[in-house]
Amino acid sequence: MSERLRVNPILCSGHGLCAELVPEQISVDEWGYPILSDEPVLPRLQKLARRAVTDCPALALTLVRDP
Amino acid sequence: MITGTALWYASRATGVVCLVLFSLVAILGIVVNRQGRLPGLPRFAVTGLHRNLSLLTVAFLGIHIVTAIADGYVHIPWFSTILPFTSGYERFWIGVGTVAVDLVAAVIITSLLRDKLKPAVWRALHWLSYASYPVAVVHSMGASKDLRSGWLLALTMATVFGVVTAIGYRVNDAFAAVSRPRRVPLQLAGADKTGGVR
Amino acid sequence: MTPAVRDTAPARANVGAAKLPRLLPASRQPMELEDHLKAHGKTPYRGGPRMLIHTIESADLTGRGGAAFPTHRKLTAVADQKGVPVVVGNGAEGEPASDKDKVLLWSSPHLVLDGLQLAAESVGGSQVHLYVHRHPELLRRLRSALADRATAGLDRIAVDLVTAPPRFLAGEESALASRVEGGAALPRFTPPRIYERGVHGAPTLVQNVETLAHLALISRYGPAWFRAIGTEAEPGSMLATVRLANGTGGVTETAMGTPIAELLKLTQHPAKAVLVGGYHGAWLSPEQAGQITLSNADLRPLGAAVGAGVLAALPTDRCGIVESARVVRYLALESAGQCGPCLNGLPRIAATLTQLADHRSAPSARTDLQRWSTLVDRRGACHHPDGTVRFLRSALTVFADEVALHEAGRCSAGTTEPFLPIPAAAPAYEEDWS
Repeated sequence: MSERLRVNPILCSGHGLCAELVPEQISVDEWGYPILSDEPVLPRLQKLARRAVTDCPALALTLVRDP
Repeated sequence: MITGTALWYASRATGVVCLVLFSLVAILGIVVNRQGRLPGLPRFAVTGLHRNLSLLTVAFLGIHIVTAIADGYVHIPWFSTILPFTSGYERFWIGVGTVAVDLVAAVIITSLLRDKLKPAVWRALHWLSYASYPVAVVHSMGASKDLRSGWLLALTMATVFGVVTAIGYRVNDAFAAVSRPRRVPLQLAGADKTGGVR
Repeated sequence: MTPAVRDTAPARANVGAAKLPRLLPASRQPMELEDHLKAHGKTPYRGGPRMLIHTIESADLTGRGGAAFPTHRKLTAVADQKGVPVVVGNGAEGEPASDKDKVLLWSSPHLVLDGLQLAAESVGGSQVHLYVHRHPELLRRLRSALADRATAGLDRIAVDLVTAPPRFLAGEESALASRVEGGAALPRFTPPRIYERGVHGAPTLVQNVETLAHLALISRYGPAWFRAIGTEAEPGSMLATVRLANGTGGVTETAMGTPIAELLKLTQHPAKAVLVGGYHGAWLSPEQAGQITLSNADLRPLGAAVGAGVLAALPTDRCGIVESARVVRYLALESAGQCGPCLNGLPRIAATLTQLADHRSAPSARTDLQRWSTLVDRRGACHHPDGTVRFLRSALTVFADEVALHEAGRCSAGTTEPFLPIPAAAPAYEEDWS
């Protein structure tokens, strides 16, 4: 079962933690806001992705299961 | 065998450690909120430090409470840990400490569950940490004479000063923050000025 | 036992199948309740939820608010939700170039109000709101219409009038829900979508007022009547706000699939370019526009859409870049400023396009605009950045020659007098969103 990262752009204030933890799937734009990959989270990155969700200071990141 | 006196000293000592750690956690929390950096550390490490130190604080807080209750010389019933102003000994000052414990417990529990709560709910409860800190300081200074003189007083003043300064920055930033309706006009005014050629 | 739903035959001779107008009064005089009842009869309630939905499906009615979403699917989706639905008629019409909703509410309020009641019945709703632009005369007329209906006992659920602030995003679904709840008209993050959790957490049906008017007519005259004009894939009539190259125009009711050249009289009044859909729509070259009809079948392959039915023909003596720069600046200032990419990207795009229009753009202007467009697209909570980017990209394509001229310090315009309507007042305070 695959999961995808999703960001709530209203809550997001560009802390950038998520991009540090999962650089393979999240990069940061020229203003500090995350650019999320459309790809599902790779299995080996799942633990880091979950950590990014828990650690986001703005609680803007979620993991969504693919239906 | 652990004597009553040893337990009593352990409680006082861990109390001081708690206060210092609590101050560091509070300052780090403000650093995280302000998107500040600590030299050489990635952002996730700053958040990690804030969390880990807070859990360490809880551990010391646990020892501080258990040793105070286990020490038989003064009577503090176990339920005074969570019910304020129910202790036989130093009802008021211990009670204040209990209030601090209750507030901290709310903050810690909601933070352990933070990815399962609505962001607005977690944030509202996390604000209680601003309330719990002064309550803890008041308890520390009132429940024992330790912090009222000598190097312990100096230590207390230093840590409180650190937290107050950090809060000062936070409040100043809040006042200086651009309101939502002003954000875009400000960006546009800035973009109009820069870029382009004469 | 669910009663069999049949297509009802046309009940009145004066609403001939292939005749226009249908929504707007033929006499051009606003329809009072008396006129409405004489022409269309009383509100044809079905007697229970869901019963109208099959008829709407047979008619293939799609939303007239811009998204062209199949109405029956929306009704079903809301009716399927747990919880008692709220129904909102959307007449905010935040699009400055569009007037159709205002004209419809002014001229045929009772069709809209019928549609509101029928939609509420079909989804089992218990609360009904009408969300309208804050126009004192219009509000007065609507209150009077509602009072007349109350006297006649037509409305089963009392209609709550909610005013919309004069914001471009006021009609956006989630902003609408926030405003109806009593807050500011600011878009929200979705999911959950408004049809799932909207006003105060209830499943909320949001329908454009024109869609509701069509629904009110279909419920009386049936799908076959509705489909008698328009195309097979896109049946029925629609309201369009047209602006001809000679400056004339207005709101007109036309069959779906009417040639754009006919609506804009392009042969008599040639245009430099045609804007289709509105400020989140797209520019087309006159050659493209001249060959196609006002239908999504023709427009989607060109990267455009019918949208809210705005058609504007840019006069040949205007500059497309100058006009577009004004529009993009307006769009930037109408950002809610809630999301980093939008609040950073749109102002920079607007400033650069303004510099280009003023012949003082940096050499990197084109690449900057392309980069920022990609950065803001689909990275907001709502579709404001996406729509702005669509408009911008079409402008840079259709007006490519003019871009080059401006970079060289020249302009093809005979006049810089503004053509497209841009409101003067930009929001500056929190109250401007309420």
